[in-house]
Amino acid sequence: MRSLSTAHVLLISLGVVVLASFLPLGVSGYILGLLTVAYYFGVFAMAWDLLFGFAGEVNFGPTFLIGVGGYTAGILDSLYQPPIWLCLVAGAFAAVLGGVVLALPALRVRGPYFGLTTLVAVLMLQNFIVVAASLTGGEIGLTVPDVISISDRVNYEIALWFMAVSGAILFALSRSPVGLILQASGQDAVQAGALGFNVVKHKLAAFIISAFFSGLAGALLVFYLGTASVTTLVDITVGVQIIIAAVIGGRRTILGAVLGAIFLIAMSELLRPLGDLSNFIVFAMALVVVLAFPAGFFGLLTRTKESA
Amino acid sequence: MTQTAGALLDVRGLTKRYGGLVAVKDMALNVHAGKILGLIGPNGSGKSTVMKLIMGIERPDAGSVRIDGTDVAGWPSHKIARRGVGIVFQHSRPLHRQTVLENVKLALMPDRLTYLFADPQTDARARAIATRVGLGAVLDRRPGTLPFADLRKIEIAKAIARDPQVLLIDEPFAGLTATETEAFSDLICELRDDGRAVLLVDHNVKSVSRLVDRVIAMYIGERIAEGSAEEVMRDEKVRRVYLGGSIETAARPESSFRDAATPFLAVDKLNVLYGKAQALQDVSIHVHAGEFVSVVGLNGAGKTTLFNAISGLVPYAGDIRREGTSLRAASAAAIARGGIVQCPEGRELFTDMTVRENLDLGGQHLPAGESETQIGWLFELFPILRERQKQAAGTLSGGEQQMLTIARALMMQPKLLILDEPTLGLAPVILEQLSRALASLRQTTDITLLLGEQNVTFALPHADRVYVLEHARIVWEGEPARFAAEAGTGYL
Repeated sequence: MRSLSTAHVLLISLGVVVLASFLPLGVSGYILGLLTVAYYFGVFAMAWDLLFGFAGEVNFGPTFLIGVGGYTAGILDSLYQPPIWLCLVAGAFAAVLGGVVLALPALRVRGPYFGLTTLVAVLMLQNFIVVAASLTGGEIGLTVPDVISISDRVNYEIALWFMAVSGAILFALSRSPVGLILQASGQDAVQAGALGFNVVKHKLAAFIISAFFSGLAGALLVFYLGTASVTTLVDITVGVQIIIAAVIGGRRTILGAVLGAIFLIAMSELLRPLGDLSNFIVFAMALVVVLAFPAGFFGLLTRTKESA
Repeated sequence: MTQTAGALLDVRGLTKRYGGLVAVKDMALNVHAGKILGLIGPNGSGKSTVMKLIMGIERPDAGSVRIDGTDVAGWPSHKIARRGVGIVFQHSRPLHRQTVLENVKLALMPDRLTYLFADPQTDARARAIATRVGLGAVLDRRPGTLPFADLRKIEIAKAIARDPQVLLIDEPFAGLTATETEAFSDLICELRDDGRAVLLVDHNVKSVSRLVDRVIAMYIGERIAEGSAEEVMRDEKVRRVYLGGSIETAARPESSFRDAATPFLAVDKLNVLYGKAQALQDVSIHVHAGEFVSVVGLNGAGKTTLFNAISGLVPYAGDIRREGTSLRAASAAAIARGGIVQCPEGRELFTDMTVRENLDLGGQHLPAGESETQIGWLFELFPILRERQKQAAGTLSGGEQQMLTIARALMMQPKLLILDEPTLGLAPVILEQLSRALASLRQTTDITLLLGEQNVTFALPHADRVYVLEHARIVWEGEPARFAAEAGTGYL
């Protein structure tokens, strides 16, 4: 990866995305639907990697941000039916707000307590959704009256290009001076402070950016699925899947997270005939990847490139 | 002597308490532009705390810290850094995935979230700074591949990249060889000649005496002496704190040990390779039951590798026998259970557990009554641990942690105790307590000791026999009395 400049990586990725944009010509709507979800998951995982891989903060509650974004957009639509873009903006904004409210106190605590705080936030949101059923649809889920499009292809292209733009922004950010400062803050906050960097400010910014993309992707996913439910957006299991996607894709690579997300969704689809066993196998495979190649797919890819 | 007018760094009445403990009490110091002040004191004297208070890493409870006239006491450290204070930490944690050059560039970046594209001049400036501190040849290497001295240079490059008026350096020469120390000294002098105010924090006056204009000595949070290096070295109080009485223990002749034919431990033609690097080459040593043997060698000579091989932690060629039986097939756990216990250089205490819990853990296998007796005996050996029983191990000073490490190893009732550089980073006053404990072990127990040290003055009095390890090879073996004459050059 080191041998490739930021511009090179972005250019190669653009080529891959352009190729992927022609997929609708050749594959079924069903597969397009799977990929659409995978791309949104890719954004979740990339946003998470910015926090963990760079700022060094283990956020066990990516679904808190996603859920706040998705539900805000969905509830707004079901109550007032404003233009969809307004719902999306509101969703992203709400996630940022939720992120700040969560991060401000959480960044003050150290070590495992930050992770614990984020985990508790997910549980609280989950409970709130169930309790406030009249507003949120509770355990059954919230059906939104509008969708962005009923065309598989349009939905696919929206997800693909949304992921591409998000990925480009997050990746460029991670390679920028700010990304470097973030890494330094994550690794040794005392030293980063002694070098004149306001660690809390940088970590908070990372949290806000992560929240923005998580919330926006969550809102888009809701308008694609036509529903918002705890099991697809908020549940701890969803959060764990996002984390696994980012880790097996390759920590600190941002783009690796997309590979991880596609891998996870493709595997659970391939193994669907096995029923309940499929999840078990996917998680077991993820475990093997994490133990055997902690650098992830992307790390594996770039290592062979370096030695070549 | 203490003109405060115009000082770049002017500290007054600085006080810091941790709970009931007063770590720093009413400290005052000042450094002018183009001057170097040495702040010295034994472990636990509060000198590191003073440095952290100046940098804003810890908040003072009282007092003022003026940087060129502005009181910054209580500010967050990034603001103090931007006021012109830089720090060189003793332990460096560079960004490992980035090159040396990128690590230096980091320090050149402004604290702005909108700074998304590095200024093209940054590269040239980073190169110039890295070259100035002597990193010119390794700009594109990753820190993980560099020797310790170069990591220190990265730290100093980062600190001066921000062009601080006041530069704080923690233990400037720890872990450096003589040549490296000289190069580092020259660099510090250059920085002083730039017109910066430099504060060197160290254990001993001697190590900084060539550089400093003035020295302040601290003990238990308070200033006990101030003056030129010579004056401070002559100071009554300083001498009392630093120089204990001399320890007299006579080496026992090798013939006095009964297991001459098959010594307790025999290491035979040991070879260890790390990749292509030969860490040990044909090393043969033996240790008799009850004997105290020191292995003397500088950093990187191979002491730790030798001990790790004996403990079964690294693969090796050659043979290691205990009482005639080869240990080759034994696992590390089996070797330790059998009574060969190593105190690693890194100490590896459970820092969140109390002193007592750490000891209890070491005595897990003992019957309850015996464990109690053993702890009682250890508290006599290390009285300070009795006072600290309920304190978390992580809050102990370095010397106390070392004693706890040794005590925990002794809880396992080892036959052979291996101590790897127990004196690393410890002040003389602690050395003396350690010395007394070792002397007592030698006189009152039948324990066998293998001691690895680069501190010869500590290693010799505790040895019946000495080996000198140099560049992976044993180059000398003999009685401690002969060491000075035959192998002492470069160590004393």
